[in-house]
Amino acid sequence: MRRIPRGLAVAVGASLLLAACSGGGDAEPTPEAEDTPAAEETAPEEEADPDAPLVRGDADLVIWTDNLKIGPITEIAEAFGEANGISVEVQAGTDVRANFSTADAAGNGPDVVVGAHDWVGEFVQNGSVDPLTLTAADLGAYSESAVRAASFGGQLYGLPYGVESIALYRNTDIAPDAPATLDDAIAAGQAALDAGTVESALNLPVGENGDAYHMQPVLTSLGGYLFGINADGSYNPEDLGIGGPGSLAAAQKIYDLGEAGSNVLRRSISGDNTISLFAEGKSAFLISGPWALSTLDEAGVNYAITPIPPFAGQQPAKPFMGAQLFFVAAHGQNKPFAQEFINYMNSEESMQIMFDGAKLPPAMTSVSEMIAADNPNISVFGDAAAGADPMPAIPAMAAVWDPLGKAYSAIVGGADPASTITSAGDTIRAAIAGG
Amino acid sequence: MARTFAPPAPRSTVEPGLALRSTRASTPALIVKIVSIGVIVGSAAALTPTLVGQERWGFLIAIWLIAAVIVATYATGRGIPVKYLLPGTIFLVAFVVYPVVATAQLSATNYGDGTRGTKEGAIAQIVGSSVVESPDAPRFNLSVGTTGSATAGPFTFLLVEPESGDAFAGTEEGLEPLDDGAVTVTEDFVTEAPGFTLLTPAEVNAAGPALTELTVPTENGAIRRLGIRQAFEGRTTLVYDEASDTITNSLTGQTFTPQPAGDRLLFLAEDGTRLSDQSWKASVGFDNYVKVFTDPRISADFVRIFVWTLTFAVLSVATTFALGLGLATMLNDPRVRGQRAYRSILLLPYAIPGFISLMVWSGFFNKDFGLINETLGLDINWFGDATWAKIAILLTNLWMGFPYMFLVCTGALQAIPSELKEAASIDGANGFRGFREITFPLLLVAVAPLLVASFAFNFNNFNAIRLLTDGAPFGPANPTAGGTDILISYTMRLAFGTGGAQFGFAAAISVLLFILTGVLAAIQFRSTRALEDVN
Repeated sequence: MRRIPRGLAVAVGASLLLAACSGGGDAEPTPEAEDTPAAEETAPEEEADPDAPLVRGDADLVIWTDNLKIGPITEIAEAFGEANGISVEVQAGTDVRANFSTADAAGNGPDVVVGAHDWVGEFVQNGSVDPLTLTAADLGAYSESAVRAASFGGQLYGLPYGVESIALYRNTDIAPDAPATLDDAIAAGQAALDAGTVESALNLPVGENGDAYHMQPVLTSLGGYLFGINADGSYNPEDLGIGGPGSLAAAQKIYDLGEAGSNVLRRSISGDNTISLFAEGKSAFLISGPWALSTLDEAGVNYAITPIPPFAGQQPAKPFMGAQLFFVAAHGQNKPFAQEFINYMNSEESMQIMFDGAKLPPAMTSVSEMIAADNPNISVFGDAAAGADPMPAIPAMAAVWDPLGKAYSAIVGGADPASTITSAGDTIRAAIAGG
Repeated sequence: MARTFAPPAPRSTVEPGLALRSTRASTPALIVKIVSIGVIVGSAAALTPTLVGQERWGFLIAIWLIAAVIVATYATGRGIPVKYLLPGTIFLVAFVVYPVVATAQLSATNYGDGTRGTKEGAIAQIVGSSVVESPDAPRFNLSVGTTGSATAGPFTFLLVEPESGDAFAGTEEGLEPLDDGAVTVTEDFVTEAPGFTLLTPAEVNAAGPALTELTVPTENGAIRRLGIRQAFEGRTTLVYDEASDTITNSLTGQTFTPQPAGDRLLFLAEDGTRLSDQSWKASVGFDNYVKVFTDPRISADFVRIFVWTLTFAVLSVATTFALGLGLATMLNDPRVRGQRAYRSILLLPYAIPGFISLMVWSGFFNKDFGLINETLGLDINWFGDATWAKIAILLTNLWMGFPYMFLVCTGALQAIPSELKEAASIDGANGFRGFREITFPLLLVAVAPLLVASFAFNFNNFNAIRLLTDGAPFGPANPTAGGTDILISYTMRLAFGTGGAQFGFAAAISVLLFILTGVLAAIQFRSTRALEDVN
């Protein structure tokens, strides 16, 4: 799952390094972080940052994850610890990805780390995770796209437990029927906008710096792609689709829907407000993932979810598929227990506990089928994920998010679509070649 | 404190051993002193084995050097002034000098994503990750036995093939079938084996590295341990040859040698095929600095961004100072009632964490749904237009920064003796003239160094830019340099934006920014010294 390219936390964490290094002796007290002007020596960022890096706990098996999943993982890990007579500790952090590579290289990282599949490329590049050994029969129990997402360079690097994707939410008070095409959705939304019942026809987050993740269905529906796919299902960093004909068609579409056109796509809708606007009933449609469910349920808005339909007469709109994985740290202190824990996780019981706690569409097909009847909304995301291509995990992807998002944002703002997307393609190619 | 009247012992005659007594410290103080010194020496001693183990010789020397200096200073009576200077000096070295030196060192390497470890580590990881399980090979149930100790071995894999129930003993010599009855098998695991001690799960875990070394050769590769109680048959597809420094794929015969790719070496085949993205840390000399000065992306926008960085820092200080001073002067007038209440209200922005303030303001400036446009009935595209975005940033920074200036100015104003103002008014300097010629110059003496510090802080005020606009708006052709980027946010994007984390490059930029900020601050301090000469 990746709503903000590279993640705010990565940048903020890294800024600490820059700030700490460049600040020298000039640490002026930040107005906001100080109680009295006397405390001048305090480094401002240290105090303002509520999320200190994780420090490995003292246990026979240490697992790092985030706050959303710590509950079910703790439950499983404690049962595992009891069965093997060892102590376990599950720790949650906000920037596990950046912390982990650094901690593992220093030899004081966790034994198992839980995270998104698009971390794999970076982890393998840093040599911080070990491949897993699962039999073909074991792997067959998981959805094909999840296994594809968890594989890198021909090896399996993580045990998938959940998949995620984005879908189309509609406010059923405004749009009772599921639209057959994105054009229908936009037309229904604009009718409601003209009638004054909503303030936005379709919430697709753009923001000032763009959001290449949520724009992916638009790109693919008009025949665009990011990276070409090799025969073995892996992505080819040499074959960049940005700047190609499909991306040009998508850029033109985005321009037509943007502020210079019909004003459906707007820079004033971003990841910060897209879900809350829909939850307040101010928009007719929303493109978002399962993480919006809890907010919408709390707000009490009437909604329904369908897979994102294509534009009329165009190709299917394929969002990115993401998988959540258990990784075994390469330099963990207790690798045998870590590997054993993966074996323990690889069971219907464990996967069921993960689903009950984390509410992500399960990657194990049998569990997915079991929960489908009681959780129709979650199944929509599971089905959408099964039909989608995994978000590329290759390190070259790091060069894509920022320039592509900004190009989308500029086009929404009225920049020339063809030259902007071509220029973004050139920038990305140069960055991949330079790195 | 009667003992302060005792004549100080003539220092030249004091022997080190008598020093503690010569200072005539009270017993509790002496105990505190001894305990403190003991703690410091004890800490150094406690850290020594770890540092020796990790071969961190520099740290080891530094720690013992600091401990020695502390003991020499406080356990003996020599160098009274040093006693007062030492703590500050140690903190200066540890938290200012050392980070700067470490940053400079890092800037001469290619350290970053893909280059975090050593070459040996990278090769071991690449080769070790190439193990593939043989198709159709059985999984074995594993019990680990030893004829020696549970930590050092020698170890034997006692394996049971679950389908047939056959038991085997695996060592580095190979796989030997075990006769029925030679070992006790319970639920498809060897639970008892004469001559062997079986390891508990915790012991298997502890012996992990040694057990990973143990591979049992078979026809199709080797049997390896997996987890605590399983073993699988697989083979390593990659082989490293140290003499020729090549990695060979034993299945395809393709060879890979380290070749330069950007700032690092990667294992590449002759046709350029990449074996792995993993490389290793290496010294690159001044390459990172060369890159800063020759990268067209940097030179193209540097001047514009530098000018805005200066403008931003100067205006942030000027506006917050002007507003803070104005409010402070107003509330300092004795005719104002309810000074305390006003002051408390004015300090509110200061009480809200900056991260939250910036996020909230970023929402306020939203064009279509933001509080500002909605309440004022405006249609300003705050963050979509470079000029408006700059104004938005300055307004937010003003809101966040003026309480600090208000506090500082209030304090400084109250420190100015009222006789001076009275004298001035007798001489005819009333109202604004009195403020301009008496109050303001006196105020500046106290406040000017804080203004310099505030400038240096805002010059590198990463949070304000990152959380408000993140540099936006960006032109369609250039996604790296935004309209509101300051140097630190811009270079941050270059170092961490598109090529993973490039710590070496980031360090080089940090060193340059450090020098730049230092030079600017030095110039400003020099000019503020002129203010002090007024008095």
